[in-house]
Amino acid sequence: MVYGQVLANGLMLGALYACIAVGFSLVWGVLNVINMMHGAFIILGGYIAFFAWLHLGINPFVMMLPIAMLLFLLGYMIQYGVINRVIMRPVLTTLTLTFGLDMILYNAMNIAFTATPRRVVLDLGRIDIGGVIMSLDRVAAMVLALALTGILYLILRTSRTGRAIVAVRMDRDAAALMGIKVNKVYAITFGLGAFMAGACGALVSVVFPITTSVTGLFLGKAFVICVIGGLGTVPGALVGGLALGVIESFAGHWWGPQNAILIGFVIMLVLLVVRPTGLMGKKGYE
Amino acid sequence: MSGAVRTGSPGEVLLKVDRLSKSFGGIQAVKDVSFTLNEGEIVGLIGPNGAGKTTLVNLITGVFPASSGSVVYRGDDVTNQRPFQAARRGLARTFQIVQPFPAMTVLENVVAGSLFAGAAGSRAQAEADALSHLEFVGLADLARRPAASLTLPSRKRLELAKSLAMKPKVLLLDEVNAGLNTSEIDQALTLIRAIAARGVTIIIIEHLMKVVLSLSQRILVLHHGELISSGDPQSVVNDPKVIEAYLGSKFAARQKQLAGAAP
Amino acid sequence: MKTRLPYILFALWVLALASTPWVASNYIVKIATFLAMYGAIALSWNFIGGFTGYPSFATAAFVGLGSYSGALLQNAGVSGALLPLAWLGGAAVVALFAAIIGLIILRMKGHYFAIGSIAIVEVLSQLASSWSSLTGGGEGLNVKFLAGGPDFIGRVFLYTMIVIMLLAFVATVLVDKGKLGFGLRCIQQNEDAADMVGIDTTRYKIYAFVLSAVFCGAVGAAYSSWVAYISPTDSFSILLTLKAPVMVLLGGPGTVFGPVVGSALFVLMEETIWAKFLDYNQGVLGLVIVVLIFFLPGGLLRLRWRKGSA
Repeated sequence: MVYGQVLANGLMLGALYACIAVGFSLVWGVLNVINMMHGAFIILGGYIAFFAWLHLGINPFVMMLPIAMLLFLLGYMIQYGVINRVIMRPVLTTLTLTFGLDMILYNAMNIAFTATPRRVVLDLGRIDIGGVIMSLDRVAAMVLALALTGILYLILRTSRTGRAIVAVRMDRDAAALMGIKVNKVYAITFGLGAFMAGACGALVSVVFPITTSVTGLFLGKAFVICVIGGLGTVPGALVGGLALGVIESFAGHWWGPQNAILIGFVIMLVLLVVRPTGLMGKKGYE
Repeated sequence: MSGAVRTGSPGEVLLKVDRLSKSFGGIQAVKDVSFTLNEGEIVGLIGPNGAGKTTLVNLITGVFPASSGSVVYRGDDVTNQRPFQAARRGLARTFQIVQPFPAMTVLENVVAGSLFAGAAGSRAQAEADALSHLEFVGLADLARRPAASLTLPSRKRLELAKSLAMKPKVLLLDEVNAGLNTSEIDQALTLIRAIAARGVTIIIIEHLMKVVLSLSQRILVLHHGELISSGDPQSVVNDPKVIEAYLGSKFAARQKQLAGAAP
Repeated sequence: MKTRLPYILFALWVLALASTPWVASNYIVKIATFLAMYGAIALSWNFIGGFTGYPSFATAAFVGLGSYSGALLQNAGVSGALLPLAWLGGAAVVALFAAIIGLIILRMKGHYFAIGSIAIVEVLSQLASSWSSLTGGGEGLNVKFLAGGPDFIGRVFLYTMIVIMLLAFVATVLVDKGKLGFGLRCIQQNEDAADMVGIDTTRYKIYAFVLSAVFCGAVGAAYSSWVAYISPTDSFSILLTLKAPVMVLLGGPGTVFGPVVGSALFVLMEETIWAKFLDYNQGVLGLVIVVLIFFLPGGLLRLRWRKGSA
């Protein structure tokens, strides 16, 4: 029954990963921009949740939405004010720009918070299902992650803004011709990406230690998930996230946790060569 | 009346396409197409939109690998060649949507053709070649301009000059006349005839009937990826299968009826 | 540029760097060494990123692999008078690596290529950390010190880096003026058309990629001998891999002198401004990038010419 435990761990991790990646995937799919700040956004959310818990006693699950909205604003402004100026330029330019912005955010967080790992300890207890033990902290985080992802999916499918976003993702020029304000959609989408990152950061703070050292780690996972699951769609991020979570869990079980991360990258490299459209088959912008 | 000038005898078989097929996912774009191309010919390739003409050209020049069938060029099996190999062998093509090197000058664009596929010995040699090809198509004055600044008809001529610089034995022209007005088309026709007179064998994809009929000695008709008719222009034009493909089965049936009812 | 002026200026610059041991302090000699080192790195990136237009973030992979290869060779006995052989060996390993990896990664374009190239850095870094028996793992690897006083050592590595930079420069000039450079530019502007015109795009891209790697490998190997201690995070540094395109963007990608100008300016800025603000190292780099991208779309050299189109 060990495999049951490994699988359960993998799925819980995977739900969190899916939530982490979906914002990144959306921004890449819609704006054709890889947001190198995504990992930093997640950690920023985590730090805010941690300090709110530490100093104000507020549960991170409760802080999730306020943090998300704060990050939405941050993302919106960054996109509208900075990134949008170069949105039409080649990959090297936009990628280097977000890389540079990431450096600024990273440095700022290091100075403000220092790199000491911070961990929110909720200790809600455990449940035992047929020999598989799961801490309720993680279960709650997983449920909220999935709920958030589901809500995003509904927003994209049913709201006007959501459908405008999907339209821009499918064909930017056609969307513009239909009267959609593409720049606004870009800003909202980027804001949404930051929103999801921030919310996930709050959830992550309950499960993992928060430190600036891991911004790259989360960013890397978001990449891998996009390659596995395809770009710009919620189902893609979900499939990718769950897949990565399960793969890492089993790889960590068989070969040790430090190699689990390596496995993710190797799989990504293999997929990039063999099937860059991802398992879901939706080709991203190059 | 065919306007092509042929030099000498009908010539060897340059290209032999045998049961060539290509499917993308579930869609069969080209199905069991077979034909030969002899040296010195001008062959027209026609068919309704989506018939698979450009896909066929892509298969012959190695842009896609074929699903089945073969392409033999001057005795060599080139079915799985890469585009640059086709180019070096003397199989050149133009693009329906012109593909220049936008930041380079007009001259440099043609130099690219002569330097690589055209196997010019040196840059200086390539530039001299390129200039002569530009003169041939009438673009010599614009040699130093950036390619992106050209008008559409000029870009089409640049595409021709570039492909000529590649010293092709077979030239596949893909809708060279799209977007041109009547006088521009006439100029293009003159140019194409001049190219044929130089000894280049040509397959021309074209949807303008007047162009195809005046240029080609032979016509191939593609419909839903299959070769439904081939032969000299007059017989193809009157072939009921071709009429049906272009104008629909109802029209074709009515034509038959009317022909049967005539005294 | 038909004039010889840029070449003359470059020659003067190299002479200036080479003369520092005789006219300035050891600190200046060290700066000169870094100027040559980053010059070589920038010129390297220019082959794949500037001429060919493929956004590579693999620089740290090549430098780091060169460091480790050179260090291992040195520790295995290729040291003392044989040291240059260890550096050549490092460069050769990196060149081979780039050729093999290039076959895989150059099939991708744009974002996917960029990410693939970063992944290479990460994978190598992880490998260096895990394979402790070979590389010393996270603890790092000590390299035998070169015997000699600080003046001697300073000179050895200054001239080594200058030689590597000169080699990279000569390669750049040859590529720029030759068929390879022309072909790479065609690939950058329209890869399908380049294929159609008879260019073996795969082969040319691999040449560019190997060129972008080999000098970095030499730099890495020499660097490991210089500092005598290497570790995974420093050798496969994401900061370094980001600096390469930034330096070239600063000077002008796809030009012969752009990387030299950009790297020189970058190193000098780094030494004078940021060295003062150690804690703000990354933040200032980020700020420089933002300013650069907003105000210098073509790099400094293109600014002077003002062709009119970005």
